[in-house]
Amino acid sequence: MKYLPLVWRNLLRRKTRTLFTLLSIVMAFVLFGILSALNMAFAGNVELAGNDRLIIQHKVSLIQLLPESYRARLETTPGVVDVLHQTWFGGIYQKPSNFFMQCPVIPERLLKIYTEYVLPDDQKKAWLTDRTCAIVGRQTATRFGWKVGDRVPIQATIWRKKNNSLAWEFNICGIFDANRKGVDTTPMFFNYDYFDEARFFGQGNVGWYVIRINDPARAPEIAKAIDDQFANSPAETKTTTEKAFLTAFAKQIGDIGAIIRAIVSAVFFTILLVAANTMAQSVRERTSELAVLKTLGFADSLILLLVLTEASVLAVLGGAIGLGLAWLFALGGDPTNGMLPSFFLPNADLARGVLYALLLGLTAGILPAVQAMRLRIVDALRRT
Amino acid sequence: MTGLLNWITQVIAVTALNLRTIRQRIVSSLVAVVGIAGVVAVVVAVLSMAEGFKKTMATTGSPDTAIVLRAGADSEMVSIMMRDDVRVVADAPGVRRGAGGPLTSAELFVIVDLPKRTTNTQANVPLRGVGPNAFGVRDRMKMIAGRMFQPGQNELIAGRGAASQFVGLEVGRTITWSHNTWTVVGIFDAGGTFSDSELWCDVEILAPLYRRGKSRQTVFVKLETPESFTRFKDALTTDPRLNLKVLRESDYYAEQAQMVVTLITTLGTLIAVLMGVGAVFGAVLTMYSAVSARTREIATLRALGFGGGPVVVSVLTESVALSLVGGVIGGGLAYAGFNGFQTSTINWQTFSQVAFAFAVTPRLVATGVMYALLLGLFGGLLPAIKAARMPIVSALREL
Repeated sequence: MKYLPLVWRNLLRRKTRTLFTLLSIVMAFVLFGILSALNMAFAGNVELAGNDRLIIQHKVSLIQLLPESYRARLETTPGVVDVLHQTWFGGIYQKPSNFFMQCPVIPERLLKIYTEYVLPDDQKKAWLTDRTCAIVGRQTATRFGWKVGDRVPIQATIWRKKNNSLAWEFNICGIFDANRKGVDTTPMFFNYDYFDEARFFGQGNVGWYVIRINDPARAPEIAKAIDDQFANSPAETKTTTEKAFLTAFAKQIGDIGAIIRAIVSAVFFTILLVAANTMAQSVRERTSELAVLKTLGFADSLILLLVLTEASVLAVLGGAIGLGLAWLFALGGDPTNGMLPSFFLPNADLARGVLYALLLGLTAGILPAVQAMRLRIVDALRRT
Repeated sequence: MTGLLNWITQVIAVTALNLRTIRQRIVSSLVAVVGIAGVVAVVVAVLSMAEGFKKTMATTGSPDTAIVLRAGADSEMVSIMMRDDVRVVADAPGVRRGAGGPLTSAELFVIVDLPKRTTNTQANVPLRGVGPNAFGVRDRMKMIAGRMFQPGQNELIAGRGAASQFVGLEVGRTITWSHNTWTVVGIFDAGGTFSDSELWCDVEILAPLYRRGKSRQTVFVKLETPESFTRFKDALTTDPRLNLKVLRESDYYAEQAQMVVTLITTLGTLIAVLMGVGAVFGAVLTMYSAVSARTREIATLRALGFGGGPVVVSVLTESVALSLVGGVIGGGLAYAGFNGFQTSTINWQTFSQVAFAFAVTPRLVATGVMYALLLGLFGGLLPAIKAARMPIVSALREL
């Protein structure tokens, strides 16, 4: 510990050089942080998937509808605790680029299945009793400046009303938050009965089902029981865990994870080169000084440790600043406005970042440190 | 005049000296080159993804082809047209006529699940039911293996892109969705367009399976000439019986591409800027060490009467030269590694897969190299000024 001032002095010896090395490390970790958040946004919902939730879709594809009458049969299937159905509404608010999901649902079931949604009590009451009520997630409410009590027009793309109009209006009577980081709070939900009565066609059909089961370990068994039940009917089903469903969906976008890993490794490799080069240079410049230290009785191992510490301090400091900046950036939320709802920096990645910073420092410092350790006093003193 | 000439001579002399001595600072110079090459390679690769996607969209639209959807529908997926609408569209003015009547194709567009080769997970593959004139409307289409499907049969043909991205699309194979078994009878090439990602079958077979009756989703129309579009559009949009939307095929697909292109470009630019800033710091370090290694040399030059300007220019030139090398290497790497690389992603608007190839265009490589030069210029600036400002006497004394 008492050598820390020495390490610090050495770092400050060439202020510009230290500063720029630090900055390049900072940038590497800003990038690391943002890419981690991106990875989370593309594939990460998977981590948040409830392991006791199953998704039931039409066997041919998600766009095929399932009868609403399946609900009663699902409710009596052993192992099933709660049943919710959702239907893709695909409406547009003002312009197509203002994309967010809207779904008609059975109000009380939504809150039972998605326990991560938090709604204040008075708003919950309105949601459960008022048929024309819609609730919207915090992120979308903030994005469009919606408040409780607002009436919002949504232009339908699929669901024509009985009066042949595509213009739907919803009363926002609740704004829900999430009780966990990263939960998507962009969707809007509204009453299925209201929707079913008003729509021109498709009555009694829903998009897909989300069910809660009593034992996650029995998921495969229950899924099979459900699919068997509807086999050979006009609408056969495919039941998967929410996690498998989201994973498959994320993979449709392409292998984002691989691309991000490639970029991060390219960047790290470069930064490692830069940092190692700088460290080596600063040790070379101090050859005679190190020799003096050794003459004074500093042990080889201590010299090794000093140089390694110097590199690590720089790397960890840069890493911490970089990760902090990335974290601040991620706090600002989705940079693409709506396409990546769960854009945030997970704690696990923060921890991994710090670890990488330490590794970076050690790897960059090891070569010059060993060189410094092996210096022979006589040679080193002569070299100047 | 002689002043200027003298200055130029000085610049050339000092710069030449600089470039010749790079070999002595090879390690730190290489670090800068590798750093910049990395940035350019990543940036060009990411942007080439957007470029490839855009290219697919752009080639899809032919100026003399129009697409008709229901008003309010923002993609084929959500459009619906009744039988009468379809007939009116076929009879509208401006539609080209072939041997078998008007060149229009009323189509259905649905999604089926097929495993993706790379991940082996289910993906949404577009299945298009087409009329007999579909090939006439899209003149770039040709069969490259097997044969066309027979009308009235459960047969389908797959686009080149779809066949390469998804499992089970070889000629002769059968696929079962729900209760229906289909035979793959051919592979077609749609000339790098959107249709390359699709499966095609007879719309008359598809409609009852999806309980669509006589309704269709879209009508594709071959126009007499590209200029006939206005006449055709006006005729349909002013008809009080109809509630339709008429678009040029090219405009329609440009709209479809919007979301994916915006996403990739936003993220690509973000990464480019961050990596660029990192690389500038790397370049600054390299040039600082280059300058400090040559402290004495520069001081000697200054003592001999060389001006500050030539020193600045020489340091900048060195930095720009290094980044030029880095930029060219990076662009080359991106080209070698990614050009033509086939992949597929989901198109949010239709919720279905689109196969496309990364396109590392010369313009993109040029942009990458320009970016590298800019980075080099920024990276060299501070060290160059430092070099020029060095007090001669103390610099000469330094080691």
